[in-house]
Amino acid sequence: MKPRFGLLWHLCWRSILNRRLSVALTVVAVGLSVAMLIGVERLRSDARAAFAQTISGTDLVVGARGGGAQLLLYSVFHIGNASNEISWDSVQRIASMPQVDWVVPLALGDSHRGFRVVGTTAAYFEHYRYGERRSLAFAEGRAFGDVFETVLGAEVAARHGYRVGDRIVLSHGAGADGTRFAEHADKPFTVVGILARSGTPVDRSVLVSLEGIAAIHVDWAGGAPIPGLSIAPEHVRKFDLRPKTVTAALVGLKSRIAVFRVQRAINTDTAEPLSAVLPGATLQELWNLVGMAEQALLAVSALVVAVGLAGLVAVMVAGLGERRRELAILRALGAGPRQVFALLALESLAASAAGIALGLALVYGAAALAGPWLQAGYGVALSLGWPGAAELRLLAAVFAASLLASVLPGLRAYRYSLADGMTIRI
Amino acid sequence: MVQGLRFRWPGAAADCLAVEDFRLAAGERVFLRGPSGSGKSTLLSLIGGVLLPDAGTVAVHGQDLAALPAGRRDRYRADHVGFVFQLFNLLPYLSVLDNILLPCRFSPLRARRLAEAATTPVDEALRLAARLDLDAALLGRNAAALSVGQQQRVAAARALIGRPALVVADEPTSALDADRQQAFLDLLLGECAAAGAALLFVSHDGRLAGHFDRVADLAALNRADAGAGR
Ligand SMILES: Nc1ncnc2c1ncn2[C@@H]1O[C@H](COP(=O)(O)OP(=O)(O)OP(=O)(O)O)[C@@H](O)[C@H]1O
Ligand SMILES: [Mg+2]
Repeated sequence: MKPRFGLLWHLCWRSILNRRLSVALTVVAVGLSVAMLIGVERLRSDARAAFAQTISGTDLVVGARGGGAQLLLYSVFHIGNASNEISWDSVQRIASMPQVDWVVPLALGDSHRGFRVVGTTAAYFEHYRYGERRSLAFAEGRAFGDVFETVLGAEVAARHGYRVGDRIVLSHGAGADGTRFAEHADKPFTVVGILARSGTPVDRSVLVSLEGIAAIHVDWAGGAPIPGLSIAPEHVRKFDLRPKTVTAALVGLKSRIAVFRVQRAINTDTAEPLSAVLPGATLQELWNLVGMAEQALLAVSALVVAVGLAGLVAVMVAGLGERRRELAILRALGAGPRQVFALLALESLAASAAGIALGLALVYGAAALAGPWLQAGYGVALSLGWPGAAELRLLAAVFAASLLASVLPGLRAYRYSLADGMTIRI
Repeated sequence: MVQGLRFRWPGAAADCLAVEDFRLAAGERVFLRGPSGSGKSTLLSLIGGVLLPDAGTVAVHGQDLAALPAGRRDRYRADHVGFVFQLFNLLPYLSVLDNILLPCRFSPLRARRLAEAATTPVDEALRLAARLDLDAALLGRNAAALSVGQQQRVAAARALIGRPALVVADEPTSALDADRQQAFLDLLLGECAAAGAALLFVSHDGRLAGHFDRVADLAALNRADAGAGR
C-alpha cells in the first residue's frame, strides 16, 4: 500500500502537537545550532569581502621593516600599532623613484574618542581607492587645507553628530573609548569635511594634515607634554611643521609591471630598514593564516549541529517506548510497517526542518539587529541577502544530516511494529 | 476460515498453534475461550494478517491472506476487519471523532461502502456514537480524556464504521466492571448484528459466553501441546 501522505501528515502533526513542549525544545536546540553554523559562515564570508574591498589601486604599502601582514593591518585596517616609524627622507626618496606615480604618507598614533587619527596629505583623497577602484567622496565640505583643519569619516561624524564647522580635540595615543589619554586640548581642529560612507576603516578615521600632527606635538617630547612649555596655536605656525617621520606610505606606480622591481629596491634600501608589501598578496597570506581558525570554527559549529540533531533523535527514540501501543493500534487499523516508518521519520524530519527554518530566521534577525553595530564597531557589514552558495551547501548538508537522522526513529518504529504486530505492549 | 494452521513463534521450541479447522459463517457471533497464554491473541494476529502461518491457510472473506503481498494484506485488514482490544485502543492525540473516522481514512473501501449506503463517514460516526451511548459532546474531546468504558465504546464504533465483514474483539471487557461488561457486550452484539458483521469475541471469562451463537474452546481446537501447556 502506498503511504497516503495526507493521512500520515495529519497523524504526524497531531502527534507533534501532543508532545509540543519536548518537540519545541528540540526544535529550538536545532535552530540555535543551525543559526550558529550559518552565522559563522556568513560572518566569515562577509568579513572576507569587507577586507578584500578595503583597498584597491594601491600597488605597494611601505612601512618599517617587519611582517608584511602586520604592516598591512596597522596601516590600512587600523588593527594593532606600528613598532617603528619611517623617516620622511625615505618617503621622499621613494616618491622620487622614476617608476613611482604617487605616494600617500600615513602618520598614525593619535586618536579622537576612540577613533584613529590619520595624518596624511590631500593626495589621500585623490589616490585612496576601495572596492572596484572607487574613490572617496565627500558627503559634506572639502579636504583639509590649513594646519588645524580635519576631515571626518562617516561613522565618526554619525556617532558624535559632528557637522562641518564643529571643533574637536585630539588625544595622544590610539585607545578605545573610555580610556583617558593626554589630550591636545590647547589645539582644537575645525571640521571642514565629512566623507561619504565607504564601508572601510576610513569611515572610522579622523583625517588631518601631516602638519597638523606635527603642530600638536611641537611642545611634546617622548610622548608627553614638556612641563611648563605650552605654545599657542597661532605661534605654532611659525615652527618648522615639516614631518620628520611617518608610520607608513601607500605607493602607486606608473606601471604595475615594475611592482616587484620597486618592491625589491625598497626592501633593500641601505639608508633605512624598510618593508614594501603588495596589498593583495599580503591579504592572501593573511587568509591562509586565519583560514585554519575559520575552518576550526566551522567544524565546531558543524559539531554543534550534529549534537542538536542527536538530541532530536534521542527525544524521538526515547518517546517511542511509550508509543509502542500507538504503533500497535495503527497496525490494527491497517497501517503497514513501512507507513509506521514513514510516520516516525516524518515527525523527526518535520522537527528538524522547523529547526533549520528557525535557525535561518535567527540569523536574519540577528543580522538585522546586530548588523549596524557590527558595521559601526568593526566595519563588517553583515549582509541580509539571500544565502550564498556556501551557505546553501551548508544548509543542504544539514538537511541531509537530518534526513539521515530521521531514519533512526523510523527504523526503530519499523522494528517495533514488526515485532509487536497488533499486540499491545505496555 | 482457518485450515491446517501451524504457527510457531520465531525462536520458540514448539508450535504455538496447530488448528485443523476453524470457521466463522458470515454474520456469525462466536465466543472463543482459552486460558491465558494459549495463543488466542496470536490467532487473532494471524486472522488480521499481521502474522503469517508456517503452514495451512487463513482466509478472511474468502481471501487467502498469505497470497497477498504485504502492503495489500495491510490494506485488506483495514478494509474487512475491525479490532477492539483490551485497553488503550485509541490514539491519544486525536479527538474521539477523529479516532472513530480513522478506518475510513486508512480504507477507501469503507468510505465507499458508506457512500453506497447514502451516508458520510461523519454522519455514520455520529450515528454509531449515539447507538453506543456516547454523548455528542464527547466527540470533540481528546481521546485520552475518556473513561475506560467510554474508550471501549469508541473503539467499538471505530471497529464497526464502514461495515467490515468481521469484528475481532480481544478481551474488550476485562477492564470493565461486571455491569458495564454486560452493557458493553449487548451494545457490541447489537451493532454487529445491525452491521451484518461476524464477531469473534475472545475471552477467558466463560460467564459471557451465553449471548453468542457458538462457543469455541481454543484448548480443544489447538493440537499443539506447547500452546495450552503454559
Ligand atoms: N511477540 C511474541 N514473540 C514470541 N512469542 C510470543 C509473542 N507473543 C506471544 N508469544 C507467545 O505465544 C504464546 C501465546 O500468546 P498469546 O498472547 O497468543 O496468548 P493469549 O491466549 O492471548 O493469552 P492472554 O489470555 O493472556 O492474552 C505465549 O506462550 C507467548 O509467550
Ligand atoms: Mg491475549
